[in-house]
Amino acid sequence: MLHTPAVSFRSLNDIKPGCRVRIRRHHSSGAVRQRLMDLGLMPNVDVLVVRSAPLNDPIELKLEAANVSLRRQEAATIEVFDNDEQ
Amino acid sequence: MTNSDLLVALAGQQNAGKSTLFNVLTGARQHVANYPGVTVDKKYGVYRDASGKVTAVDLPGTYSLTSFSLEERVARDFLLIEKPDVTVNVVDASNLKRSLHLTLQLTEMGLPTVLALNMMDVVERRGTQIDRDLLSERLGVPVVATVGRKGEGREALRSAIRTASGTHAPARCSVDYGDLETDIAALEAASGAHGALADIPGRWLALKLLEDDRRAVEIVRQRLAGDAADALIADAGLRAAAFATARGIDVPDHVVACRDRAVRALLDGVFMAGTRETGSTVTERIDRFVLNRFAAPLFLVFTVFMIYQVAIVWGYELTEYTWPLLAHTREFIAGLLPDAGFLTDPYIRSMGLWLVDSANTLLNYVPIFLILFALIAMLEDSGYMARIAFILDKVLHRFGLHGQSTLPLILGGVFAGGCAVPGVMATKGIPDNRARMATIFAVPFMNCLAKVPLYTLLLGIFFVENRSLMMFYISTITVIFALLVSKLLTKTVLSGQETSPFVMELPTYHLPTVKGVVRRAVDRTWLYVKKVGTIVIAVAVVVFTLLQFPGLSDERWAHFQTEGAKAIATFETKMAGNAYADIATGSNVVGLINFSNDYKRAKLNASGASASSAVNDSFEAANPAFYALVRPPRGDADAKAASRALRSLVSTRKTLRREMKEERIRSSLLGTIGRGMEPVTQFAGFDWKINVALLSSFAARESSVATLGVLFQQDEDQNASLETRMGAETTAAGATALLAVSMILFFALYPPCLATTVMVKIQTGSYKWMMFSILFPTVLGLTVSSAVYSIGKATGASGIEAMTAVYFGSLALLIVVGLFGRRRRSAFLPTMAHRPSLRT
Ligand SMILES: Nc1nc2c(ncn2[C@@H]2O[C@H](COP(=O)(O)OP(=O)(O)O)[C@@H](O)[C@H]2O)c(=O)[nH]1
Ligand SMILES: [Mg+2]
Repeated sequence: MLHTPAVSFRSLNDIKPGCRVRIRRHHSSGAVRQRLMDLGLMPNVDVLVVRSAPLNDPIELKLEAANVSLRRQEAATIEVFDNDEQ
Repeated sequence: MTNSDLLVALAGQQNAGKSTLFNVLTGARQHVANYPGVTVDKKYGVYRDASGKVTAVDLPGTYSLTSFSLEERVARDFLLIEKPDVTVNVVDASNLKRSLHLTLQLTEMGLPTVLALNMMDVVERRGTQIDRDLLSERLGVPVVATVGRKGEGREALRSAIRTASGTHAPARCSVDYGDLETDIAALEAASGAHGALADIPGRWLALKLLEDDRRAVEIVRQRLAGDAADALIADAGLRAAAFATARGIDVPDHVVACRDRAVRALLDGVFMAGTRETGSTVTERIDRFVLNRFAAPLFLVFTVFMIYQVAIVWGYELTEYTWPLLAHTREFIAGLLPDAGFLTDPYIRSMGLWLVDSANTLLNYVPIFLILFALIAMLEDSGYMARIAFILDKVLHRFGLHGQSTLPLILGGVFAGGCAVPGVMATKGIPDNRARMATIFAVPFMNCLAKVPLYTLLLGIFFVENRSLMMFYISTITVIFALLVSKLLTKTVLSGQETSPFVMELPTYHLPTVKGVVRRAVDRTWLYVKKVGTIVIAVAVVVFTLLQFPGLSDERWAHFQTEGAKAIATFETKMAGNAYADIATGSNVVGLINFSNDYKRAKLNASGASASSAVNDSFEAANPAFYALVRPPRGDADAKAASRALRSLVSTRKTLRREMKEERIRSSLLGTIGRGMEPVTQFAGFDWKINVALLSSFAARESSVATLGVLFQQDEDQNASLETRMGAETTAAGATALLAVSMILFFALYPPCLATTVMVKIQTGSYKWMMFSILFPTVLGLTVSSAVYSIGKATGASGIEAMTAVYFGSLALLIVVGLFGRRRRSAFLPTMAHRPSLRT
């Protein structure tokens, strides 16, 4: 049986390489959430999805200060604004 | 004066250069890497300045000071409990904005802080300037510019540490948390009323309680009585919940956002001139190629191949030049030890030579390791190692490992050649605990350099035609096994271990420095040499003893003595009437034999005609009379006859000694154990000799071939290689290529050597895991070998057929497991938060 999330949202996981988006909020908690924030993935921050790894996972993001890589599993917990909302 | 002695902690993000600055400050050596997370444990070092002794501690790299990860807990507990006099916050000045989050958290804890702006060379190269005075004034802490890599800024940093140690007032700068301030003030007042919390900074504690920080809650519970603690914690919880409802944002998010705003304000006008980083455009251009979907795998394979070619292939060629040095050392030591006897040698001599031989086999690899470790240091420092982790994470993660497991696996010898000791050591860089444990158990499956000689030996006997195919099977099947085992362990014994997400920074590319690379290569090689110096030598003594005792029975000993006397008598009969009879009598005989043997060995070690004639000259000078018998002068009939008699005596002696040795080993403690194991190992086809070799290889893999060499000794004058001897003996005993396959598989899965298990103990911190790292592979290896040998024998499969079947069988299993892992993953639910306030 396929499980669908209670609330569906557009996440970083859905963004194509080369696109820039703004982070809306986190859907993770605890250590994961803290780690993402530490790396600069904070709400209202713009990120550029640079590329996905040759095997599609993880992905590389460009933040203001550094390039960070992230598994799709975690990227899927980061909600982003739809482009027209920004 | 003791009160001018200081305790200083170095805190900062990974790769900010803490360890480098720690070395600059204290002059001590420490592991340095451009790879996230190399430092996990804290390191101490001491230096003196004009006012006294300063102890510096290198804390684990942390992005912030929450209690979510082990590193952060370690670092924060140190700051909170040990209360260092000064905290040096090392930041990457080229990445100031993100680094200052931590600075603010440090000042919030009320710690006297010095801000070390490291990597100033990078900043300058970009043409940027940082207004340090402005930053210092706004933060209220001294700001020092450093270039750790070049050792610049040491004195300034040392004196800033002194200055800061005097100021016990909390730093000026504090973050404005907006609407949360009333709650913070209220909680600060409430906790301030408790004397038991007096040494904890009030504002910090209030904030942490509002954030529902696990460790802060723990502290309150430890220090306060049940009611009081409950009241304080409940108050904080209610306030946090009310805040979240009213503002639509959780407290931790709000805190981060406020801090981010504070950092922006701090940095406003601090940067003078210069624009966006230029370094990153170079990095971008390199990455566009190196991480390209098609180029990435090719470049990766090329890199690994180059490592293999340069370190292993060329390194091996280099050992042809370094081996004579070791051989000379052995001769030199042999000369110092008491002389050999006719039938037995003094214990000091045989033990001494045994130790030298054990050490030499390991030292022989030093050139290879120097090159290998230098190349790997270059990969780490350049930043490419992080890219390898990025490329391979998907595959490794599917089997319970981690992108950053790559470095330990390469050090362990993915394809051929490596050492599990530095491999296991390197696992401490892996931020995910469960993957780190899995990697620790996977690394010993790699092909350490010491496994190679046994493979070479067996392939040379049984697989002459399929040698390269077999070598390919061996080197890749170990990776398959390692992946399968990690998956198995992750799903079973390791399933309870803490995991954390894969979020890794991809650092900008650096050109590695010669100094850094050389130092790391030497450090890691030195670690390997220490392994020779301590554990291997110690175990060599134990194995030697186990092989010597209890020794021959009196009756057998008497038998060999009679045989020996007979041989000497024969020799003396032959020499009767010979012109040289006088110099070859009585006690001279043993001396003559030793002279002859030394001469032969010296000739073997000497390469080239000139070296060879130099050997002649020196032996002739040492004892001209003996020399005439060893190398009879042309036309001297008596000398020729005497020389022939001597040769026959030498060879009889050798045979006797071999028989004695074999009998001794058979009845020795180790031989007894080996025979005792036969009922179990017979299913894998191992007889007692092989058991003894495998047992002794636990001390160090190299010994397996050496022990086999002793057990399959030469006959008489025969000068066959171990390959031929073992081949003849084992095939005569019914051994087949199938047995070789069984041995190879067992050896591939066999437990790590003793030095590695000690490293496992250090890295896992538990004897339980160390025992596990020994027992699990033994059982696994024996099971696989027995299955292959028994089934192979029942079906009449040849060696190569059996190996091919095993190979493709495990490959199929790997693919199935890999696909199975994927199905599980896609069922993963992205929503795992409990955020009722935000659900619409
Ligand atoms: N360019 C430059 N590189 C540095 C400097 N200080 C350290 N590094 C390099 O940065 C990398 C990480 O340093 P390390 O001391 O291991 O950082 P740690 O993780 O904070 O302990 C190493 O490759 C160092 O050689 C510096 O001032 N300038
Ligand atoms: Mg470090």
